[in-house]
Amino acid sequence: MEKRVVFRSAWLPYVLLAPQLAITVVFFFWPASQAVWYSFQLQDAFGLSSQFVGFENFRALFRDPHYLQSFKTTAVFSIAVSASGIVISLLLATMADRVVRGALAYKTVLIWPYAVAAAVAGVLWAFIFAPSIGIVTYLLKGFGIDWNWIIKGDQAMLLIIIASVWKQISYNFLFFLAGLQSIPKSLLEAAAIDGAGPARRFWTIVIPLLSPVTFFLLVVNIVYAFFETFGVVDATTQGGPAQATQILVYKVYHDGVKSADIGGSSAQSVILMIIVIALTAIQFRFIERKVQY
Amino acid sequence: MRIKILATAAAVAAAFAAPAQAQVEIQWWHSMGGALGTAVNEVADKFNASQKEYKVNTIYKGSYPESMTAAIAAFRAKNPPHIVQVFEVGTATMMAAKGAIVPVATVMRNAKEPFEPKAYLPTVTGYYSDLKGNMLSFPFNSSTVMFYINHDAFKKAGLEPKAPKTWKEVIAAAEKLKAAGQQCVYTTSWPSWMHIENFSAWHNVPIGTKQNGMGGFDTVFTINSPLHVRHLAMLGDMAKKGLFTYAGRTNQGDAKFSSGECAMFSGSAGAQAGIKRAAKFEWSINFIPYHDDVKGAPQNSIIGGASLWVMGGKKPAEYKGVAKFFAYLSQPDVQMDWHTKTGYVPITQASYELTRKSGFYDKNPGADMPVKQLTNKTPTANSKGLRFGNFVQGREVIEEEMESVFAGKKDAKTAMNDAVKRGNDILRRFEAANK
Repeated sequence: MEKRVVFRSAWLPYVLLAPQLAITVVFFFWPASQAVWYSFQLQDAFGLSSQFVGFENFRALFRDPHYLQSFKTTAVFSIAVSASGIVISLLLATMADRVVRGALAYKTVLIWPYAVAAAVAGVLWAFIFAPSIGIVTYLLKGFGIDWNWIIKGDQAMLLIIIASVWKQISYNFLFFLAGLQSIPKSLLEAAAIDGAGPARRFWTIVIPLLSPVTFFLLVVNIVYAFFETFGVVDATTQGGPAQATQILVYKVYHDGVKSADIGGSSAQSVILMIIVIALTAIQFRFIERKVQY
Repeated sequence: MRIKILATAAAVAAAFAAPAQAQVEIQWWHSMGGALGTAVNEVADKFNASQKEYKVNTIYKGSYPESMTAAIAAFRAKNPPHIVQVFEVGTATMMAAKGAIVPVATVMRNAKEPFEPKAYLPTVTGYYSDLKGNMLSFPFNSSTVMFYINHDAFKKAGLEPKAPKTWKEVIAAAEKLKAAGQQCVYTTSWPSWMHIENFSAWHNVPIGTKQNGMGGFDTVFTINSPLHVRHLAMLGDMAKKGLFTYAGRTNQGDAKFSSGECAMFSGSAGAQAGIKRAAKFEWSINFIPYHDDVKGAPQNSIIGGASLWVMGGKKPAEYKGVAKFFAYLSQPDVQMDWHTKTGYVPITQASYELTRKSGFYDKNPGADMPVKQLTNKTPTANSKGLRFGNFVQGREVIEEEMESVFAGKKDAKTAMNDAVKRGNDILRRFEAANK
């Protein structure tokens, strides 16, 4: 028979849930519903007058070819950040897992960047790659590469990808390392006795067993690339040059905060919200099936 | 424990020592960091020391866009500061916010403080007044764009250390400098302000219809004129040949010049202070170049910088204090102090005269060039200034399109057509939102 704990009181469970629910409502549902409400309005900067304009804000967005371009930019950016972030940290975690001496030191150093604020990470990399004074710029010049992300869009994109990935690697690394350490040694040893080489063991045992972690990280990394990389962009390229690094979330901030276009900015954040909900749903619906728990 | 008691005693004593009659406090949000911030604090301190009734508190709120945003948010939360410093591109947005702001002319009239808009340079008055001539905000720090050259680099390239007057001469000098091994020949700060806004005024061509937007919100941009396209194409060509190095949208060009990396540079008159401190070479400040085949050029340049806006919803006694403070700021000697300390333009005729008489310009040759450039001719409808709704966004659209030309991704004509189209969309949204 199934054992269940049942609350005798009718209201106690709700009271216990209340703090969590309150936080969700105040910090998620309320602002989100405000964004939806504003997205149908046209307001002046000071909120002195507002008119209901239906879907006009959305129509204006989709008429703007630069907004559509921003989707492409965001796609390239998010895929690059998530994919390289996951691959690099898996590589690092595998190597750190093998280290016998000084493992703690390696791990600490690898986790370090996570404590750095996004804006600081951005400035740091912007300095290293600065067009006239950056140390990497100087080295690249030696190889005959003209590095100037102030005007070259591809390089600007590369810069924010590097900065964003660098910042996220620690987080991924931690999860991968924990995942690797929970893989039973007996499985790997049995495979080794059966004659499987390291590469084969990695592909047929480690990867499948890490798939829940990888899946989780995929979701987290995509959300990270969509939302949290804003600080990196703001501290370095600010969406430039010529919108080459104008990712969706940065445009939301830019139009809403800097340009005080509340309606347009809200419409963008509603679209962004829909995208992320859809992406998460797709991931859970299709990719999760391939995950072995 | 003992220390605690002492501290409490000290605090109590301090509280009693404060003047019995409470001062009226006035909050002033500004965007002047570093040395400029110190100068702002000095201005406020001197005013506070000059009388006892009012106390101006200065609060640094970050960059121009940041403090403007903060003031707007504070207004929405019903707790705005009394005075906020807003940069020139925010003028139209502030102006349209009737009810959120109080025109300076009204503040002064109600407090019966003397205020004479005509005392200011015409380019300054024009920029911050409505069409009826009512001053809406109080001009504070004004600059204009200037052309700087590095004399040492010029001499090294076998050139006479004299600033080129026309763009033709700029290119000729640039080629010589390049041939002499100069890495960065010419760069600019504030690309749109220099190469679109001031460029238009300097050549007496409109940036937009309706007197550059001053005549109403139903204005459209006209920066895809043949002259604009030609100028931008020239810059694109210079970039391709390595004669022009793009530095970014704000003042990144300043450091490229003061470090000696670039030999010629266009940037704010306010950059002088930084250059004076950092440059290890001979340099000079000059008028910006013009195209000599354009009739009437050079006209006059337009201002940049910021003005002080008075926010609505405050107590009458506080507005009195604001008026007193502005009257204090208008005094020629206060103006001169600010001008000579910061490098910003003396914005009243009287302060300019006073500074000249003090011998400051003899000791600092070139320090009066910005005023001379601003007053080169009587301003026309094209060179009075500009007022475009949400120009924070509009200027960025222009800069994005300029960048695509400098990167060789678009030709100048397409880029300027796109800038006009996208810019007009922004103007229409602003017009609709501020009916």
